Amino acid sequence: MNKNVDTKKIIISNPLKLDCGKEINNFPIAYETYGVLNSKKSNAILVFHALTGDQYVSGKNPITNKDGWWSYVVGENKPIDTNKFFVICANVIGGCMGSYGPSTINESTGKQIGTDFPIITINDMVNAQYELIKYLEIEKLFAVVGGSMGGMQVLQFVANFPDKAKLAIPIACTSSHSAQNIAFNELGRQAIMADSKWENGFYSNYKLNPDKGLAVARMAAHITYLSEKGLQEKFGRKLQDRDSLRYGFEADFQIESYLRYQGSVFVDRFDANSYLYITRAMDYFDLSKQYKGNLSDAFKKTKTKFFVISFTSDWLYPTSENREIVIALNSIGADVGFVEIESDKGHDSFLLDVPSFLKTLGDYINSTYKIINERRI
Amino acid sequence: MKEEFNIISNLIEENTRVLDVGCGNGDLMKFLQENKTKDIRGLEISKEKVQNCLSKGLTVIEGNAESDLKQFPKSSFDYVILSQTLQAFLNPELVINELLKVGKKVIVTIPNFGYWRVRLQLLFKGTMPVTENLPHAWYNTPNLHMCTIKDFYNFCSTKNIRIYKSIALKKSRISEINKSNLNYKNLDSHLGIFLIES
Repeated sequence: MNKNVDTKKIIISNPLKLDCGKEINNFPIAYETYGVLNSKKSNAILVFHALTGDQYVSGKNPITNKDGWWSYVVGENKPIDTNKFFVICANVIGGCMGSYGPSTINESTGKQIGTDFPIITINDMVNAQYELIKYLEIEKLFAVVGGSMGGMQVLQFVANFPDKAKLAIPIACTSSHSAQNIAFNELGRQAIMADSKWENGFYSNYKLNPDKGLAVARMAAHITYLSEKGLQEKFGRKLQDRDSLRYGFEADFQIESYLRYQGSVFVDRFDANSYLYITRAMDYFDLSKQYKGNLSDAFKKTKTKFFVISFTSDWLYPTSENREIVIALNSIGADVGFVEIESDKGHDSFLLDVPSFLKTLGDYINSTYKIINERRI
Repeated sequence: MKEEFNIISNLIEENTRVLDVGCGNGDLMKFLQENKTKDIRGLEISKEKVQNCLSKGLTVIEGNAESDLKQFPKSSFDYVILSQTLQAFLNPELVINELLKVGKKVIVTIPNFGYWRVRLQLLFKGTMPVTENLPHAWYNTPNLHMCTIKDFYNFCSTKNIRIYKSIALKKSRISEINKSNLNYKNLDSHLGIFLIES
């Protein structure tokens, strides 16, 4: 992780009480913005990133030198058009791209915080990002948008701040992490913690990095982001740079080689402890439990318009779980639209070039922006 | 279409809460939004049509009226509209019951299978009727349960469903249906429009 890049950063001085009971203050939030905030401050969209995302939604990510993680959705003349909207995205707390996280240096010791970092939740992430919105002096966001863990943050944001967003778009997410989701996250965490270089989370003190464990975690997770059909069509049983099996444990198959590559590039940009903390936050997410088992109560106070999107081949956050959100909203008469988009790209569909998704999302955001603005006049 | 939209719109009071079941591409929703009320939702089974509606900024949910109306609370809409879709359900009676639960009032429009042009086709040609209003052949029609104006009128009285208003449409000619002219309207109208309440 190259930390020599100039990131936008603010220090939150207000104490933030975390769900675990601890309190944090004077902590950094790193963020990025795209486009221009209009004079009425009515065109701001807060984008929440997913597990391994960061604040670099669009354009070139200055750390990886690759396209921003949501370049298909956010940018000039994209569905969320930065010629029109002011887009804000912050690195979540617990992350490793400049916001307060386990790789932040503890100034009193000069060392990384490591696993002395407190356990954080989706609720804590959202509360921290709200401080950024206050700092930017935006009274009301036009929209909050996010996929996967970003979608969970959308739901939590509206529950916590019912009058701070006109529109909420949770994509490919859930209101409560399922046993299967927790199981996959636990597999990833165990892979990291089983790496002898993890050193109980204090690897940086020994100039070590549990990169093997982190790579395995990423490989396993990556499978859950794809669909069986997508995998079969892309890789099948095709062999990697060879004509026949080698009768060994090298990467004979293209899919093996692909996963190994995904694992190896991931460890260059992501911190193993952050992976532990953020997956834990996702596992702890259960919005209906926060409201005594009634998900509808999370949205009772809000007039925010919702648009829920799921994908046919997403088995990690399947349509049924997205529908739960729609049902909870309908049962209190909230303004909610919903569509399941046809795609064989699995959970990753929301990050990829899926034309009907991009068109529907873009058209919806733009016509809603127009309708809401016309209504105000 | 335009006449039907006008009649439906005239049955609806301003600034009420409306749900359009089987809203298609959202044409009626758009029409009512411009003329009657901003507070209108849609339910539609076709993904493509749902996406078309959402693209226009309409609040529409992908779903099936037979299973997904349950999620709306009782009487949560002032009006629920079912425009020329009743005949396409596996279980029209169940759908009507669900509509009457969700809506304080329900507007149902039905393509009339008792229209004389329809009857003549079966009588003289001996084949299943294909008309402007019912353009499908028997083997590919989505219409599983065709009925006549009289059928629906009788259904309501058997099931103790109160008919507030019943209107017959022939081309662009609008008339009221009542007990005494029922047989004639059943013969001479291509569309029946009913405002009902449980």
